[in-house]
Amino acid sequence: MSQLLQHLINGLASGTIYALVALGYTMVYGVLKLINFAHGDVMMVGVYMGYATAFALGKQAQKSLLGVVLIFLVAMGGCALLGFLIERFAYRPLREKPRLTALITAIGISFALSYGFQLDIGFLPGAAPRAFPEIIVPTEWLIIGDRDVVVWNWQVMSLLIAVGLMVGLQYLVFKTRFGRAMRAVSYDHRVAALMGIPTDRVIAVTFMIGSALAAGAGLLYAIKDTSVSPLMGLYVGLKAFVAAVIGGIGHVPGAVVGALLLGLVEEFVVGYAASTWRDAVAFGILIIVLLAKPGGLFGRVAAEKV
Amino acid sequence: MESSSAPASVPGIPPALRGVLPALVAIPILVLLEWGLAGAPFATYLLSIMGVNVILAVSLNIVNGMTGQFSIGHAGFMAVGAYIAGVVSLSLKEIAISGLPVVVSDQVFLLLCLLVGGLAAAVCGFLVGLPSLRLRGDYLAIVTLGFGEIIRVVVQNTDAFGRALGLSGIPQTAGLGMVGFWVFVVVLVARRLAGSSHGRSLWAIREDEVAAEAMGVDTTGYKVRAFVISSFFAGVAGGLFAHFVPIINPGSFTFVKSMEVVVMVVMGGLGSTTGAIVAAMFLTLLPEALRSGFTAMGAEGSLAQKVDQIRMPVYGLMLVALMLLRPQGLFGTKELWEVLPRWLPRRRKGLA
Repeated sequence: MSQLLQHLINGLASGTIYALVALGYTMVYGVLKLINFAHGDVMMVGVYMGYATAFALGKQAQKSLLGVVLIFLVAMGGCALLGFLIERFAYRPLREKPRLTALITAIGISFALSYGFQLDIGFLPGAAPRAFPEIIVPTEWLIIGDRDVVVWNWQVMSLLIAVGLMVGLQYLVFKTRFGRAMRAVSYDHRVAALMGIPTDRVIAVTFMIGSALAAGAGLLYAIKDTSVSPLMGLYVGLKAFVAAVIGGIGHVPGAVVGALLLGLVEEFVVGYAASTWRDAVAFGILIIVLLAKPGGLFGRVAAEKV
Repeated sequence: MESSSAPASVPGIPPALRGVLPALVAIPILVLLEWGLAGAPFATYLLSIMGVNVILAVSLNIVNGMTGQFSIGHAGFMAVGAYIAGVVSLSLKEIAISGLPVVVSDQVFLLLCLLVGGLAAAVCGFLVGLPSLRLRGDYLAIVTLGFGEIIRVVVQNTDAFGRALGLSGIPQTAGLGMVGFWVFVVVLVARRLAGSSHGRSLWAIREDEVAAEAMGVDTTGYKVRAFVISSFFAGVAGGLFAHFVPIINPGSFTFVKSMEVVVMVVMGGLGSTTGAIVAAMFLTLLPEALRSGFTAMGAEGSLAQKVDQIRMPVYGLMLVALMLLRPQGLFGTKELWEVLPRWLPRRRKGLA
């Protein structure tokens, strides 16, 4: 029983991190109808930015509250800039082209980033995984029984942050002026432009928010996992993406539900079966969900225009 | 999908590829190559890899280029073919057909293993093709990606396939002759398919699925068939690969391998068979050329060794640049002989 509870908690905790990455996928897809394959790699770049900042701050300062805030700010800001650049120079020129073109471009950027960061030329970090500094000292926050169930502080933190961000995003999308513009662009960006909405700016800002979210999620992931490598974006990104698709891509609460579901299932597979089957189960669920509901759990299937 | 570029040239079968002429040209070339390169193992290896990549690219082009169903899990089918062919081959290792020279009997067995591997991959292709009935575009890409990864994990966890260590000791019987034979078969099938009424249906699906359906094209049937044909050849390519490298392991058939093949197809031009061939050959030779180039220039050994590292980021940037500058790829949907310079003799226009 206590084992089940522990798996449940761990699953929820890793699910929330997937959720944060998945939110970025879902936002960009909602506005642009583009699967941003490079999202996970933007996350990886953000983690390395945080890593570099933590090093620059030194051992003592990086653990202070100010230091942690600074690390998050630098990583999220840097990634917002990166997201802007990617959107401006890779996706914007292709906006009127078939969607496949943009998908191939996204895959290309993903490869350039993840394998580019594996080079050990100049300032690039090289392929070897590195230990992320302990910017938040992991402490046991809640212990039930004789260490039967342990809840860590970072688990609570990432859950709170994820829920907060989800609520914030829902508010942004449905209650603000900018959100209304986003929804209009999503519905039909040409008509939205005719109505006086600065389409390019809305899309760029959406991209920047999504990329900043990815950086934040990546840092949480690095705090949990303590090991960072250039390929982490490919794998965490893929999982988060699977979560977003399971929930119905483009649907904000759907992404969170999908991510929690994925986190739980993975944790149970690792706990009760074999850890090597984890990835296969994740993709298996994806395929089953898509076969049963081609738009994901919460998504709607758009009618085909003739 | 790309409604602007294609209909200008609906491909026909060029007269040069009809009848027995291709076989008459190809067989002596292959025999000459195998005989001439008998003393050059590296060149043989490079040519074999090139051949395998050509088979992969041309077969993926049937699904991605002709049918317009974007699949990014091709390495999965390759893995199925490689492992099944490898296992069959290992179990047949000690046997030889009596009355035949050993070399000949080896080749017969190899052919048998390749067919079994190809058929196994074709069955998987059928299973992947089925979701394509319900899913379009991006979603189908994700499912194929997922399928490729699932196959890799399954292989990694099966004792018969040697788990993460892979299979070793597979008889290395695949020579240039066998590779060339399959290159020949896949090219012939792809080209004849492109010009057939079956192929027209595939092109129609690619251009506009809804319209094709409305015109009475059995879209589901054709899409699944395209997947089956494509994965059969991917399986054969995997089987060939297994029979000339010393060891196969799940690390050879990752997402990265799938993407390499996608780059070849996209670079050559979605729908152009000769484009896929040229791009596959170019991208196989490029790292080698760079490596020997760096060595010849007298650059320190490190730079030459870094070629393998640089290759993947360059592939990524190449995809981006291609999409921005020339989204239709090198040749678009045209074939090599349709884009030759003006001063070269051309075959007459019109459908063959």
